[in-house]
Amino acid sequence: MYKALMGAAAAVALLGAVGAAEAKTMVYCSEGSPEGFNPQLFTSGTTFDASSRNVYNRLVEFERGTTTVKPGLAERYDVSDDGLTYTFHLRKGVKFQSVKGFTPSRDFNADDVVYSFERQLNPDHPYHKVSGGTYEYFQGMSMPSLLKAVEKVDDQTVRFVLNRPEAPFIANMAMDFASILSAEYADKMQTAGTPEKVDLEPVGTGPFQLVNYQKDAVIRYKAHPDYWRGKGDIDTLVFSITPDASVRYAKIKAGECHVMPFPNPADLAQMGSDPDVNLMSQEGLNIGYLAFNVRKKPFDDVKVRQALNLATNKAAIIEAIYQGAGKVAKNPIPPTIWSYNDKVEDYPYDPEQAKALLKEAGLEGGFETDIWAMPVQRPYNPGARRMAEMIQSDWAAIGVKANIVSYEWGEYLKRAQAGEHQTLLLGWTGDNGDPDNFLAVLLGCDAANGGSNYAGWCYKPFDDLIMKAKTVADQGERTKLYEEAQVVFKEQAPWMTIAHSVVYQPIRPEVQDWRIDPLGGHYFYGPSLKD
Amino acid sequence: MFAFVFRRLGLVIPTFLGVTLFAFILIRLIPGDPVAMLAGERGMSPERHAQMMAQLGLDRPMIEQYVMYLWSLLQGDFGRSLVTRTPVLDEFMTLFPATLELSVTAMLFALIIGLPAGIIAAVRRGTALDHTVMAGALTGYSMPIFWWGLLLILLFSVTLGWTPVSGRISVLYYIEPVTGFMLIDTLLSDEPEAFWSALHHLVLPAIVLGTIPLAVIARMTRSSMLEVLGEDYVRTARAKGLNPVRVVLVHALRNALIPVITVIGLQVGLLLAGAILTETIFAWPGIGKWLIESIGRRDYPSVQGGILLVSCVVIVVNLIVDLLYGIINPRIRHAR
Repeated sequence: MYKALMGAAAAVALLGAVGAAEAKTMVYCSEGSPEGFNPQLFTSGTTFDASSRNVYNRLVEFERGTTTVKPGLAERYDVSDDGLTYTFHLRKGVKFQSVKGFTPSRDFNADDVVYSFERQLNPDHPYHKVSGGTYEYFQGMSMPSLLKAVEKVDDQTVRFVLNRPEAPFIANMAMDFASILSAEYADKMQTAGTPEKVDLEPVGTGPFQLVNYQKDAVIRYKAHPDYWRGKGDIDTLVFSITPDASVRYAKIKAGECHVMPFPNPADLAQMGSDPDVNLMSQEGLNIGYLAFNVRKKPFDDVKVRQALNLATNKAAIIEAIYQGAGKVAKNPIPPTIWSYNDKVEDYPYDPEQAKALLKEAGLEGGFETDIWAMPVQRPYNPGARRMAEMIQSDWAAIGVKANIVSYEWGEYLKRAQAGEHQTLLLGWTGDNGDPDNFLAVLLGCDAANGGSNYAGWCYKPFDDLIMKAKTVADQGERTKLYEEAQVVFKEQAPWMTIAHSVVYQPIRPEVQDWRIDPLGGHYFYGPSLKD
Repeated sequence: MFAFVFRRLGLVIPTFLGVTLFAFILIRLIPGDPVAMLAGERGMSPERHAQMMAQLGLDRPMIEQYVMYLWSLLQGDFGRSLVTRTPVLDEFMTLFPATLELSVTAMLFALIIGLPAGIIAAVRRGTALDHTVMAGALTGYSMPIFWWGLLLILLFSVTLGWTPVSGRISVLYYIEPVTGFMLIDTLLSDEPEAFWSALHHLVLPAIVLGTIPLAVIARMTRSSMLEVLGEDYVRTARAKGLNPVRVVLVHALRNALIPVITVIGLQVGLLLAGAILTETIFAWPGIGKWLIESIGRRDYPSVQGGILLVSCVVIVVNLIVDLLYGIINPRIRHAR
């Protein structure tokens, strides 16, 4: 037995050496199995990493490591003066990947764009119902009501006609759900009677093409030889699916993978001093907050909301909960987003003033309320329960008795959605780096009814500003409007803004030029492996 | 014998029904509906929520859902995963061989070490050796799988570098699944040296998963052995001056094994339960990991189908053990 084991060890060591000589296989220890390979159908980052971010391209894309939108499959675009028509001029000579059973006969063109959007937009499209037919992100970004038509002008030109001007539209077009699939492949698969194949065996224009997927174990990709940006440094990309964070760390240490997502917060200190790991970090594009349900008494009174803001010692929370991996938040958008208003002043920690405000509100005797705490760790909040306890004791000092309430995660979201809470802890990670994606999505009037506005806050002066900002194309003007909106937000205090967290990315030292994606993605075109 | 088999088979149908009902209700008792999970922090309008519930057939009364579920089961349809939209049976079939391979290896490991340990402890009753075996068995039995797994990974994989941390085979190999058993498939493939890699990956998880059955088997073998060693026929055999090794291994062991076989049968259920944890730690692509993920996502059809199929395996194995037992020990057949 021992001999056999040693033999096996030797065999594997040998293999490791062979692998090192080739050196261009990058192993990514991903955190879970993708739900599928069509980014239109799903919403999880795990699925996007496995599909849109490495297999597909979009008309416009985010510059690696930033939220800046740059040209993708469209070389450029024009916007009509009324802001309702976007004309995309497509890149020539872009090749699709080939898979078993499909070899593209033509380059990428307008038909592919029309197919990719029509499938999601048009309920009568032959592909609409394939693989379940739920396009959650498309819905979530209000595309069905926004898009009037997606038209092919000629092979290299596509026109998007909107129902209303929408300044964040271009940022939306860089999101994963806007990935471009091959219309030719779809047609072929439909003729063959296997339309689902399009969603299981992806064909894109991106830097990597899927070789095979063994459920819950391994996803294997090879570099797309005709990638239009040119072939990258990595020849073979392997996702080694490893759900446990401690095991992922062990695999990095043992050299079994090069990059891992989502380290255990408890392991960070050790990783920082580990020679096998290069621990990168960056401010996340997120916000953790406590929302007051303004539809319920006494939170309909701005004085109460301000008082509770004043009564909370945020610096202590950041220190205890985020342990250095977070910054106090004063605005509802993170400082890494344009239009962040640094002039806004946060409520200081001042229990005396808080008491005075409560008295003005006619509540000098205090009151009783609930704080909802999420049961799970999220990027924007590593310990909601403990955070709730700290807030509870701060509030007790001004006579507000708070009970901590928690539900299982799915239930928590459902009940919060129904507005059952009084105050709740939650947060948000940006989708596209546009301020609208925070301000309108989380605090707008539209989102107050069944959207993500958990404060239920619909305040006209604020809503007017962000709605106006949506319709003007000029970024300078939008910036002004958003800056003003942040002032209104702070004064009205529908939330207590708590923190922007820092995200960590452990990689092996031989991985070069890795950049943390502020939107939380993992991209393997760009980084290289040192021999 | 026929009546006995018939009686045992008759029990299987109500058991299956019970399992379907149990799995159906259990997953629905966990709060949080799948649609809300799907939306996350993003939120979803009540209309959209209702629309999706209807699309997934979750808006109908529970009874109706259950009857529909049974009806499709009768037609061999286990439903489709709410999350990935692939048929549950297909997912199970691709993942189950991995679990089976791990479980069988773990069981072999438990038997190869457990049986001799139990026998030696019984023969050397009361000695330090006996105490060591018993203490080891107790420790093994009470070992939390998660902790034990991580401990071994830390020691053998990270510190010593002898075994890989996790997975089923080195990611450098792609082995086309034929039987689904990696050890066999690697030998059938054109890269037979991959067999070593597969074996190498199997060692730690099999030890971790086999630890508890090993402890149980060692203890059971010891006590069963002790009982048999005290029987008249063993004493007679010894008195006749037969080779003591032969007495223990042939005369005593044969009878001592009867209760051990039952215990092994019962271990199958525990083994599959343990596989859920072991697979999660070692990123072993089997049904355990799949079930955990499905529960987390409230993927009703996958959880129901998974539990039902795993139960089938346990029921079938127990049935076989029962029948085997009936063959080995004819008295059982007439007992009731």
